Amino acid sequence: MESNGGDASQILRQIETLKATRSDIDRRISALEAQLREINPSHGNDAVLNGSCPPISGFDSGFGHGLSPDNIYRYSRHLLLPSFGVQGQSNLLKSSILVVGAGGLGSPALLYLAACGVGRLGIVDHDVVEVNNMHRQIIHTEEYIGQPKVKSAAAACRSINSTIKIVEHQEALRTSNALEILSQYDIVVDATDNAPSRYMISDCCVVLGKPLVSGAALGLEGQLTVYNYNGGPCYRCLFPTPPPSTACQRCADSGVLGVVPGVIGCLQALEAIKIASAVGEPLSGRMLLFDALSARIRIVKIRGRSLQCEACGESATFTRQQFQEFDYEKFTETPLSPSPLKLNLLQADSRISTKEFKEKIVKGEVHILVDVRPEHHFKIVSLPGSLNIPFRSLEARLPEISSALEEEGNKTKSGSGAQLYVLCRRGNDSQRAVQYLHKMGFTSAKDIIGGLEGWARDVDPNLPMY
Amino acid sequence: MQLTLEFGGGLELLCESKKIHKVNVETQKGVEKLTMKDLLTWVRTNLIKERPEMFMKGDTVRPGVLVLVNDCDWELSGQLNTTLEEKDVVVFISTLHGG
Repeated sequence: MESNGGDASQILRQIETLKATRSDIDRRISALEAQLREINPSHGNDAVLNGSCPPISGFDSGFGHGLSPDNIYRYSRHLLLPSFGVQGQSNLLKSSILVVGAGGLGSPALLYLAACGVGRLGIVDHDVVEVNNMHRQIIHTEEYIGQPKVKSAAAACRSINSTIKIVEHQEALRTSNALEILSQYDIVVDATDNAPSRYMISDCCVVLGKPLVSGAALGLEGQLTVYNYNGGPCYRCLFPTPPPSTACQRCADSGVLGVVPGVIGCLQALEAIKIASAVGEPLSGRMLLFDALSARIRIVKIRGRSLQCEACGESATFTRQQFQEFDYEKFTETPLSPSPLKLNLLQADSRISTKEFKEKIVKGEVHILVDVRPEHHFKIVSLPGSLNIPFRSLEARLPEISSALEEEGNKTKSGSGAQLYVLCRRGNDSQRAVQYLHKMGFTSAKDIIGGLEGWARDVDPNLPMY
Repeated sequence: MQLTLEFGGGLELLCESKKIHKVNVETQKGVEKLTMKDLLTWVRTNLIKERPEMFMKGDTVRPGVLVLVNDCDWELSGQLNTTLEEKDVVVFISTLHGG
């Protein structure tokens, strides 16, 4: 039964993917046809296919600003801006920008930076495209699922603007390679998703003297500022001590509305463009706070460069070597490439595998299954018959567990009572809950190892995962 | 003293998910001024409903929290010694790392 179900859903998925590919190809054909009509409206297809006059792109058109005729046409709407003009565009074309992270922030930032004509655009990422990222990582298309984000993002940038240089750095940024990679660019855009990377990138920018456009987004809020620019503060000036790791929430746990990093990523592109073109007033010494839910943007004044800053302060001697030897994971107590936490708090006899639990259900064992995930998680997907008591309200709702156990226990013939199992998303909170339940006298409580994710992996692959 | 207090970047979760609090903070008898140090104690007692360690460490805010008095970093106004005035707006915001 289950394996048939698995086959069917696999086939359906394949059909969906093929359909998506087909509509994508259709879109690309019509876009190319439209392009063709624009290039050669009177002659139709043949003339172009046979090769008309080669364009004189890449050559200075002789007007003293270094822009080729192709560039003049492509960036004409920039050139028409009195405050931007040929000088701004020519500065942009000569600049190089590195975007670290091709995710929710990096996606729109890269699209705009490629489109606007940054001369050389670098992308660093070590991750692959996943379908549950696509609601916000809009640079990636379904055909790239499972492939490196760098490859996907670079292809998207090239298809928008084939006239600029796109450089792929398909690796995780570490202290061992950061100096070498960042030194190749004028401006750095921090579009990463974790605290150690943010400290590492800021320090590296201080060591190399590069301006840093830093953005962050989570849930329904975003933050943006420019560090290490024109005597302004660096990340460490503002946050000399890292926050406790429990205060660093991840999009994969707390959620994020896709368009929120989109807004911040666009603003990061804007700040990078302003610095690269030497136009306007970059957001240095100020911070933009975006609250999507109440539709409010507030720009606040932040402290200047701190004289006591360990990275950029007056007596700071943060050298390349010190940077390379600094342990950012230890400093922030957070791994550079975050992977889900795997706690191991309980004795083996207080835990049960998902497969064993399945057997108990099949055998008809009388039990109570308490799901300790937050209510909004429970609404997404849950196991039949489970009782949702979020971990945070466990203390207040212990009587519910007692009465449920009593009620079920009455159904057992021998009067041996009902068993108590605890489940969560990945098997961490369920262990904490079982620990607490043991303390409160529910000594038979057992944790289901690996949680719902384990259940979906080992027992029921058709259970939707999030 | 009438003040507007705002919590963001996840700190609102510590005060019943409410972001904006219009509050009236009584100054101690015989003392006219209210400092940020006084306000932090007041907030911890009156608004923070859970995990106070996610808001404060020692007598100040925990690392990673920015404090803004009338849209200005409190570092620029004297941190804990900042003197508050009627109708001031104080924002507590946790720095975000996601993307």
